[in-house]
Amino acid sequence: MDMLKRAIASDLFWSFKRSPVAVISALVAITLILAAVFAPLLAPYNPFDPASLNLMNGFSKPMEPNAFTGESFVLGTDDQGRDVLSTILYGMRISLFVGALAVLFAMVIGVVLGLVAAYAGGRTDAIIMRIADVQLTFPSILVAMLIFGIAKGFTPIHLRDQMAIWVLIISIGLSDWVQFARVVRGAALVEKSKEYVEAAILIGRGPVAIIFKHILPNVLSPVLVIATISLALAIISEATLSFLGVGAPPTQPSLGTLIRIGQGYLFSGEWWILFFPAVTLLLLALSVNLLGDWLRDALNPKLDD
Amino acid sequence: MLSYIVKRALQSVLVLLAVGLVAFSMFRFVGDPVENMLGQERTNADIERLRESLGLNDPFLVQYWDFLVGAVQGDVGVSFRQGRPALELIMERAPATLELALVSAIFAMVLGIVLGIYTAINRKGPITNFILSTSLIGVSLPTFLIGILLIYIFAVELKWLPSFGRGETVDLGWWSTGLLTWSGIKSLILPSITLGLYQMTLIMRLVRSEMSEVLRQDYIRFARARGLSERAINFRHAVKNTLIPVITVAGLQIGSIIAFAIITETVFQWPGVGLLFIDSVQFVDIPVMASYLMLISVMFVGINFLVDMLYLAIDPRLRDGKGS
Repeated sequence: MDMLKRAIASDLFWSFKRSPVAVISALVAITLILAAVFAPLLAPYNPFDPASLNLMNGFSKPMEPNAFTGESFVLGTDDQGRDVLSTILYGMRISLFVGALAVLFAMVIGVVLGLVAAYAGGRTDAIIMRIADVQLTFPSILVAMLIFGIAKGFTPIHLRDQMAIWVLIISIGLSDWVQFARVVRGAALVEKSKEYVEAAILIGRGPVAIIFKHILPNVLSPVLVIATISLALAIISEATLSFLGVGAPPTQPSLGTLIRIGQGYLFSGEWWILFFPAVTLLLLALSVNLLGDWLRDALNPKLDD
Repeated sequence: MLSYIVKRALQSVLVLLAVGLVAFSMFRFVGDPVENMLGQERTNADIERLRESLGLNDPFLVQYWDFLVGAVQGDVGVSFRQGRPALELIMERAPATLELALVSAIFAMVLGIVLGIYTAINRKGPITNFILSTSLIGVSLPTFLIGILLIYIFAVELKWLPSFGRGETVDLGWWSTGLLTWSGIKSLILPSITLGLYQMTLIMRLVRSEMSEVLRQDYIRFARARGLSERAINFRHAVKNTLIPVITVAGLQIGSIIAFAIITETVFQWPGVGLLFIDSVQFVDIPVMASYLMLISVMFVGINFLVDMLYLAIDPRLRDGKGS
C-alpha cells in the first residue's frame, strides 16, 4: 500500500497523468499483454489442439456463419479452420515471450559489459567498445539473421523446431546489447568520478561490489528507457524474422508467422487471415514504442524537442 | 592528418579480418565439411586423406590464412544446396539487388531532401502537419507490412502494378537490367518505395532539423537585413549549408538499404541477393551465408571509411591532426 501511495505521488506518475498519449498507450499495452498472458483462458479455441479443429470450418469470414458447419467466428478462421482470434492470442504470447526475454538477455549482457568497460577502463574498455562499434556497423536485424543461421547449424536437425524459439531469443538478444552497453558505460563513467565511489574504494569494498551494488542502481533509469524502446524493436524484429521464415516455427506461430501465412491468402480475398494479426502487431509495437518515448521525455526533462 | 587516415584504414582492415574470422569459424565449426562431402561408404583412411587434402590438419592460423587468401581471390566455397560456387550465385543476383537499392536510395534522397526543405521553410500549416504525421506512421510500420499494404492497394485492388518479380529483363553482358523495359520499371516501383520509405523519413527529419538550425543563424538574419528575397535566402544560402552533413549521413544509409533489401526482396519475391541469403539461412547453407557476410562487410566498411574521409575533407577541425 505504502509503495503504491509513493508511486502515485511521484513526479513520474504526475507526468504520466498529464500525457494522454502515455495513458492510452499504457492501457492498450497492458490490455494486450494481459490478453496474451491469459490466452489459454480467454481464447475460444485451442488452435494447437488438433481435436478441436474442423477443416470444414476453413476460411470462415469474420462474424458470418460458416457455409458448411454453420459455426461462426468473431475474426474468422484460417485455411485449416483455426479460429483467428485464438491464433492471435496465442501468437501474441510467443511474440511477447520472445521479445521480453530477448530484451532481458540483451540488457544483462549490455549492462554488465558497459559497467565493466567503464569501471575497468584502459584496454578492457577499448576492446569491449571496439566490438560494440563493429557490431553497430551492421544493422541489428542482419546480425540477428546471421546468428540465427549459425545457431541453427549447431542444433541437431530433429531439435530445430523445438529450439527455434530459444535460438530466436538469443539471436535478437545478441543483436541488441550494444545500445545498453553504450548508455550504461556513459552513465557509469560519470558516476565513477563521484565521491561515493571513492568513499567505497577507501573503505575497502571490492570492484564487484562497487560496480553492482553502488554504481548499477544509479545508472538504471536510462536502462529502463532503452529497455522499453528495445522491447518494441524486439517485437518487430521477431515478427520480421518469423515473417521471413527464419524465426518461430509453424508449430509455434508468432504474430510474424501468422502474417506470413496470411500473406498467401491476400490475393484470393481472405483478407482477415492477414489483417487482424497485422493490426495486433502494430498496436502492440506502437503502444510500447510510445510508452518508451514518453518515459524518455519524462526521465530526461532536458531532452525537450 | 595522414596519421589519421592510416589509423582509420588500419581499423577498417582489422574489422574486415575480424569478420573474416567469423566467416571462417562458420565454415570450420558449423557442421563437419568432411561429413558433408563423403558418402555413406567411407573408411577412416578416406576421412583422414580428405582431411589432409582439405588442409584441416594444419594449425588454426595457417587454415585461417589459406581461407583469407582464397576469399580475396574470390574462392569462398561451394554452396551446399546448389552445388555451385557461392560467389557465382551472389554475383548472378547482384544486379537485381543493386538496381533496387539504387532506385530506393535516389527515391529516399530526392523526396527526403525536398520534403525536409519544404517542412523546414513552412514550419506550420496543414501540409507540413500531414507530412510529419504520415512520416511518424511510416516509421512505426515494420517494412514488411508496408510492402504488403502497397501490394494490397496497388496490385490486388487497383491492379496497376505487379506484386512480385522483376518483370522482363535485358542482359547487358553479365549485368541483367530491368530498367530498360516497361514491365521491369513497373515492377521496380513498389519494392523501391517499400525499401526507401524508412530512409526517406530519416533523411527528411534530418534535413528539416538541420535546415531549421541553419535558418536561425546570424548570416541568414543578415541576408534578410540586406533585403535578399526569401527564395535566394532559402535556396542560395540555407540549403547549401544544410546538405553537407546530410550527404554524409545519407551515405551511411546506403549500407542499411542493402541489408534491409532482404526483407523487401522476400515480400516481393525479388530475385536478388537478399532472397538468396534468406534461403541460405533457412537451409543453413554456410558458404553462401559466409560469402554474403564478407561481401556486405567489405561494402559497409568501405562506405564507413569513405564517409569518414568525407568528414575529413569537410570539417577543418579534424584536419589539424587532433581528431581521432
